[in-house]
Amino acid sequence: MSYLDKAALKVVGTRPIRPDGVDKVTGRANFGADTVMPGMLWGKIKRSPHAHARVLGINTAKALALPGVRAVITGADFPIVTAEHAHVGAAPANLRDLSRNVIARDKALYEGHAVAAVAATSQAVAEQALDLIEVEYQVLPHVMEIEAAMADGAPLLHDDIFTTGIEPRPTKPSNVSKVVRFAKGDIEAGFREADIVIERRYTTKPVHQGYIEPHACLVSVSADGQCTIWSSSQGQFMVRAYTSRIVGADIANIRAIPAEIGGGFGGKTIVYLEPLAYMLSKKSGRPVKMVMTREEVFRATGPAPGAIVEVKLGAKKDGHITAAQSILKYQAGAFQGSPVQQGCICGLAVYDFPNALTIGYDVLCNRPKVAAYRAPGAPIGSFGVESCMDELADALNIEPLKLREINGAKDGTKAAHGVTWVNIGYQKTLEAARATAHLKAPLGPNQGRGIASGYWHNAGGESSAAVHVNEDGTVTVTEGHPDIGGSRASMAMMVAEVLGVPFENVRPVVGDTASIGFSASTGGSRVTFAGGIAVTQAAQKVVEVLKQRAAVIWDISPDAVEWRDGKAFPAGANAGSFEPLDLATIGNRSARTGGPISAEVQVNAQGQGPGFATHICDVEVDRETGHVKILRYTAIQDVGRAIHPSYVEGQMQGGVTQGIGWALSEEYIYDKDGRMENPGFLDYRIPVASDMPMIDTVMVEVPNPRHPFGARGVGEVPLVPPMAAVANAICAATGIRLRDLPMSPPKLRAALDEQALRLAAE
Amino acid sequence: MSKHHVTTTINGEPMEYLCEGQQTMLDVLRDELGLTGSKEGCSSGDCGACTIIVDGNIVCSCLMLGVEAEGRTITSIEGIANGDTLHPVQQKFLEHAALQCGFCTPGLIVAAKALLDNNLNPTEEEARYWLAGNLCRCTGYDKVLRAVMDAAAVMRAAAGR
Repeated sequence: MSYLDKAALKVVGTRPIRPDGVDKVTGRANFGADTVMPGMLWGKIKRSPHAHARVLGINTAKALALPGVRAVITGADFPIVTAEHAHVGAAPANLRDLSRNVIARDKALYEGHAVAAVAATSQAVAEQALDLIEVEYQVLPHVMEIEAAMADGAPLLHDDIFTTGIEPRPTKPSNVSKVVRFAKGDIEAGFREADIVIERRYTTKPVHQGYIEPHACLVSVSADGQCTIWSSSQGQFMVRAYTSRIVGADIANIRAIPAEIGGGFGGKTIVYLEPLAYMLSKKSGRPVKMVMTREEVFRATGPAPGAIVEVKLGAKKDGHITAAQSILKYQAGAFQGSPVQQGCICGLAVYDFPNALTIGYDVLCNRPKVAAYRAPGAPIGSFGVESCMDELADALNIEPLKLREINGAKDGTKAAHGVTWVNIGYQKTLEAARATAHLKAPLGPNQGRGIASGYWHNAGGESSAAVHVNEDGTVTVTEGHPDIGGSRASMAMMVAEVLGVPFENVRPVVGDTASIGFSASTGGSRVTFAGGIAVTQAAQKVVEVLKQRAAVIWDISPDAVEWRDGKAFPAGANAGSFEPLDLATIGNRSARTGGPISAEVQVNAQGQGPGFATHICDVEVDRETGHVKILRYTAIQDVGRAIHPSYVEGQMQGGVTQGIGWALSEEYIYDKDGRMENPGFLDYRIPVASDMPMIDTVMVEVPNPRHPFGARGVGEVPLVPPMAAVANAICAATGIRLRDLPMSPPKLRAALDEQALRLAAE
Repeated sequence: MSKHHVTTTINGEPMEYLCEGQQTMLDVLRDELGLTGSKEGCSSGDCGACTIIVDGNIVCSCLMLGVEAEGRTITSIEGIANGDTLHPVQQKFLEHAALQCGFCTPGLIVAAKALLDNNLNPTEEEARYWLAGNLCRCTGYDKVLRAVMDAAAVMRAAAGR
């Protein structure tokens, strides 16, 4: 059964108060750092001060001798994770690399790389102990930037990385871990056909996800090896699996309990602390709590990569693009695995290019290992492509929106990466953009308007959910995904809709790893899609059970019972004449009709449905200071079906704001020794309330037929268009094309000065 | 190192505690008094997740020492609601979906409450600048501002203004 008819919906599409809301506005909600245990120790990490250094020896004797210190660990305390054991289940992480990211072995590969850890009776003692750990380093030459890392003779991070994706297979190790390539048509012929060809180079800096809650966990390992982990992450099952493999424990011996999570945006889809706390707890025999400082979060947890993006577009005079090429080089940080492939795919996926070529390079350098950040890889490639689209529109003297209307992907378009689109809403986002009042609003001096689009493929995958009808007829739904942005509400709404009961009668619980079946992490905009399918199917199974129980009570066939508006009815005159039975009545009699009423469902959800967005941004440039003010912003997105529209809007608004930070102010700054110079929110500037206007949202709904309610993932694509939308707006305001992020005041000031000199010379 | 004895008022209740000289007010609230609603996002006064009200002024409790609470009157997020009645700012945060992860929410609510204690009729711009010390990475501030402005309207109506 599907629920795609919006008019028939009673709960889905409304805006109830989220069930976990009161605890979060009163300070009661328990986040990662809020749990304590009797006898608990505090763990702290000793980190490398060098960007690249061989660890020759670690002397822990003095630290261990400090009163209050109960355990000291180094890389030698951990099992070697071999390439054969690098993966567990369908999880994407390479655990061989991740184990060496959690704690260095023979080499420290970036400033901040953990080399040892201590557990002590207080934070102060643990910090003192760190200073007593003596690490002997042989400092090695380091390499931070992409082109330097790719050059012949560059310092090598790993001697066992040989570039994959090129023929013949290289015989010498390299900092380029892989080359990916997607092609469609004949790129050379496409450029020959063009009346105009433009080729531009864009760069981006690493940016941090910037979740306000630092990583935190509490781990208790018993003498028999059974372990409980309380931690803040995007997936308790991820924490369990990754920790088990890195510490060498069986999965069944680990119970991971999800704390409330204070933001993740992809950055909490891997572990940093849990394996260290596990080993400290195992060694000390005491529970161990670890909480990162903000400085540690910046120095040692994953940013999104910095990158070089080269884009070449060729078009006919009428605006039809004949060929598109993008060459992407992404910093992976200290271990392979930047999201360059998604950057290649997503940048070109928005358009119907007859001929296309995209090549991506994954480049190692002495920076923290990158982690997922909201549509990983896509915002970077799209900044290049969507900026270049604007430059092409200018060269062709065609309105930027018109250029997108001419070339935009539609159902039946085959994307460069080989997918043929079905049920996509990209053109609808353009139609909605065309219809906005925003697009027609007048602009003043030094003001400009930019437009940009974006794509993210979203994710499906493994999810579990259980629906229980309680003795009084209320309903508990248990799911396996940490709730970052209101997903408990959407789960409960879908269950309430299926059962036909009020939203408030359904209470959602995020289960720990022992209380619900396996569920992949909250990431890839997958929870409302995959988790939504699981809760819907579980609720549908419960409806079947409720009908059977009504049939038992009435002594008729279950086929003769129908369920509507939260009650069992006889399905017509032939079924007999009975008063309807509601959930409370059936729940109260469950012991006499067959026992508890529950259903648990496991799914491996497919058909998530791609997400497309188009954004319009107005800026005002202060020519004196180079400051850019965001005046007005409209985000338009195909959301499939908004289950709880407020939280869908919230995803769009939040993504836009992160994108504005990426566009204008956020960047990692390193000194010549490879040490980060701005590891705090004062110098790493994320947008604050006074930087922002209200953000208008337009939710286009092209239902996804592979979800019972038509939902698509909505959380990530809003971060794809903003950087180019802002760049395009700045260009419209000033005539200056900025191709290097962030477009911070010093850069814009320099460009304005240069423009003034040029104009004066003319 | 001997501990300091502090007598203060927290969330309307007289309170005594012992703390070390270097402990911040945030450490005292979270680790000594079990008031974990105030959050630590940076420990440098940049994020505002630990915002409390001290004698009517908003303070990042990570920048205040526990010993400085002597004789003061302190309100943390745990003291914003009146029993089981939410403060209008809390209620409007819920109605406007002004929180996503909820981690910055306690600090934002405390700061917004202090704003409305001082000025029941702020402009949107005044509210944005007042809240500029409270970082939120999830919401983009749109719904936060709507909630605060709506709470102000409700409180004005209740005050007959």
